[in-house]
Amino acid sequence: MAGGLVRYLVLILAVAICGAASLFHPISNFHRSAALDVFVPVDGSYKSLEEAYEALKTLEILGVDRKSDFKSATCENVVEVLASPSSTLKDAFFALSVNGIMRCKSGEDVPKDIVSKLQAGVKDAKLLLDFYYSVRGLVLVKEQFSGNDISFGDAEAIFLSIKALSQSDGRWRYSSNNPESSSFAAGKLSLSKLLIDQSLIQTLKTSILKLFDSIQKYDDGTFYFDGSEGPISTTASVIRGLTSFAAAESTRLNLAVDNIVGLAKFFLGVGIPGDAKDFFNQIDALAFELSDTRTVRLTVTYVFHVKYSEGLAVLHPRILNKMMAAKMISVRCSTHLVSSIYCHFSAKKEPLKVKVSTVLGSKAPALNVNLAQALCSGSKGSVINNQELKFDADSATYFLDSFPKNFDVGKYTFVFEILLDELAHEKVYITEAQTKVPIAATGAISIENAEISVLDSDVGSVESQKKLDLTKDGAVSLSANHLQKLRLSYQLTTPPGHVFKPHQAFIKLKHESQVEHVFLVKASGKKSELDFLGLVEKLYYLSGKYEIQLTIGDASMENSLLSNIGHIELDLPERPEKAPRPPLQPTDPYSRYGPKAEISHIFRVPEKLPAKQLSLVFLGLIVLPFTGFLIGVGLLSLLTRLGVNIKSFPSLVGAATSALLFHGGIGAVLLLYLDLFTTLKALSLLGVFLLFVGHSTLSHLASASNKLKSA
Amino acid sequence: MVKSTSKDAQDLFRSLHSAYSATPTNLKIIDLYVVFSVFTALIQVAYMALVGSFPFNSFLSGVLSCIGTAVLAVCLRIQVNKENKEFKDLAPERAFADFVLCNLVLHLVIINFLG
Repeated sequence: MAGGLVRYLVLILAVAICGAASLFHPISNFHRSAALDVFVPVDGSYKSLEEAYEALKTLEILGVDRKSDFKSATCENVVEVLASPSSTLKDAFFALSVNGIMRCKSGEDVPKDIVSKLQAGVKDAKLLLDFYYSVRGLVLVKEQFSGNDISFGDAEAIFLSIKALSQSDGRWRYSSNNPESSSFAAGKLSLSKLLIDQSLIQTLKTSILKLFDSIQKYDDGTFYFDGSEGPISTTASVIRGLTSFAAAESTRLNLAVDNIVGLAKFFLGVGIPGDAKDFFNQIDALAFELSDTRTVRLTVTYVFHVKYSEGLAVLHPRILNKMMAAKMISVRCSTHLVSSIYCHFSAKKEPLKVKVSTVLGSKAPALNVNLAQALCSGSKGSVINNQELKFDADSATYFLDSFPKNFDVGKYTFVFEILLDELAHEKVYITEAQTKVPIAATGAISIENAEISVLDSDVGSVESQKKLDLTKDGAVSLSANHLQKLRLSYQLTTPPGHVFKPHQAFIKLKHESQVEHVFLVKASGKKSELDFLGLVEKLYYLSGKYEIQLTIGDASMENSLLSNIGHIELDLPERPEKAPRPPLQPTDPYSRYGPKAEISHIFRVPEKLPAKQLSLVFLGLIVLPFTGFLIGVGLLSLLTRLGVNIKSFPSLVGAATSALLFHGGIGAVLLLYLDLFTTLKALSLLGVFLLFVGHSTLSHLASASNKLKSA
Repeated sequence: MVKSTSKDAQDLFRSLHSAYSATPTNLKIIDLYVVFSVFTALIQVAYMALVGSFPFNSFLSGVLSCIGTAVLAVCLRIQVNKENKEFKDLAPERAFADFVLCNLVLHLVIINFLG
């Protein structure tokens, strides 16, 4: 029973003024290049068949042809798995899936083991995943290998056993694969020739609808399903199941357009995921089948409004399923960021350009884009109503170049609608009701009558008044004391001539000591007064020269300005004791790494040494007594023939040696001239040595003298 | 009376001289040594008086070495002198060895203190 499928293509209106305005981008070349990064395996082959399948399917959908790179390694793997009788159900399933993409093995050659294994799996399966793998596996075998006759035993019984695993709220007990059950239920239906009781199919349908009750949504209109594996995987599974069911079944499935559009938006809002699994889920969900070989029978109808607006056309349900799996975090960030940015558009210079495409980036059919409303943020009504945009065939964009006379500068929300040309397309494409785009129309604001003046606060009389030209820096010089006021006034007008209120207007007073004060210019009246009497304490009682700076800015102002108006000499009273001091200004933070001050050392004045000659004289004088001594000794020795007592010098060798050493030791001691402690160390050694030597010498001498005495 | 006093001084001096000549030669050498060292000390003191006592330790070591060695020489003289009854049994070599040893110690300290 080939159920008719209505293929729905998603249309996305990309407001081409700026990328940020399109909240949900269609799949683009960025995706394709990212896919090449994410899905190319590191060392030439994929780690598991599941990864291989995901990568190949994604690349196929995106139209990136890299199959030939991995064909050999992956095919080997596939053939191996299909040939061996001991592969698991999961491996077999993924091997068959990869085979479907890569066409490694086809023809008459049906792997019998696999078939029998899958059939056994169908009979014996207890878990939902086992059912899924086995049934889908059989479907794939039937698709890929011709000339076989695979049948299920008892389709109803299988169906009932699967249903037994279901829960009442549309979910399934093994929650991670909720509606993939419906996908293999569908697959099973397509295989078996038996007519299954309509009531069973009806129950399946109601369970699917109940599942949609649990859909969740974000504020920006995206819908998703949350589950144990994360929102992306869960919603992708839901979509897969839905589409398989719708593909296999010829009943109607009424799903709300909002749901489907929201699901499509969810996946588009993901942006470019970095994870392989998320990428696969996103692309798989967004993919649509261009080759429409099956008959188009309107079996699935959606409830939608008659009038379309620009935005997203609803996806084919299968595509929608696959779209669901988008990474939650990136969705939030991207949509929230985008919705708060204004798109800028200058009516004078360029026309408003709009692009429409399908979700996967391919061409949209003939349609009309209508600018339904342009709501200004301030006023109540719409400035532009139902303006149709012209189509430029060269660049395939829709543009609007004529704006009404009263289209003023400011912040607007443009509301776009899509109208499909052919009625037949209404069944195929679904778009969102209305797409709202925040746009800031910019223009050059003219500033006139700028004046600055100093007034006396009591009387209100003007003391000095000067005209300003705010487009260039002025050198206005004023002076005031604390009893006076400073008044600044100007007028801002938009090009059409309306009064313009800027978003930001500040006056900054900066003292010489870098202390700054910022004051708001009040919006009303376009003039502001600074009453110095009240501000004396705020200014920290600092008198002196202050620089005046004026800042005016707005999103729709093309010539926002920051101008130095000039100086004002303020004369403030003396600071009382308890007044707060101005805060310390930060010093240059890098100055502490610079060189420090030079240190001048103070040396002790060296002692005055005596003159060299004097010292030499005294050296001579010292020597004198010594020479006198020597002379005296010589005289005396001459007189009395006193000689050195050499007689008792021992003549024996041993004793002579020790006597010599003794004398030598004494001399060495006298010659020692080192630090005290090293000298002591040397001395101790020398002393020990001398002890022995001296003892032997002296004992020898003593015995000699004893002998002499006794003799 | 001046004449008598000067005559007395001359007589005194002459008697001292003659008495001194009788001393043995070795004692004379020792006396000479003592006089030499004392002179050296006096010269050092005079030098210090002139230039100031900047490296005071040097001055001290110099002066004290002279005085120390003089003292040791006097001790030697006492011990060697044959007319001293107390040191009759002491061999003069022993006394001389004592003298040398003590001088060694003294000069060790002096050299280190010189700076």
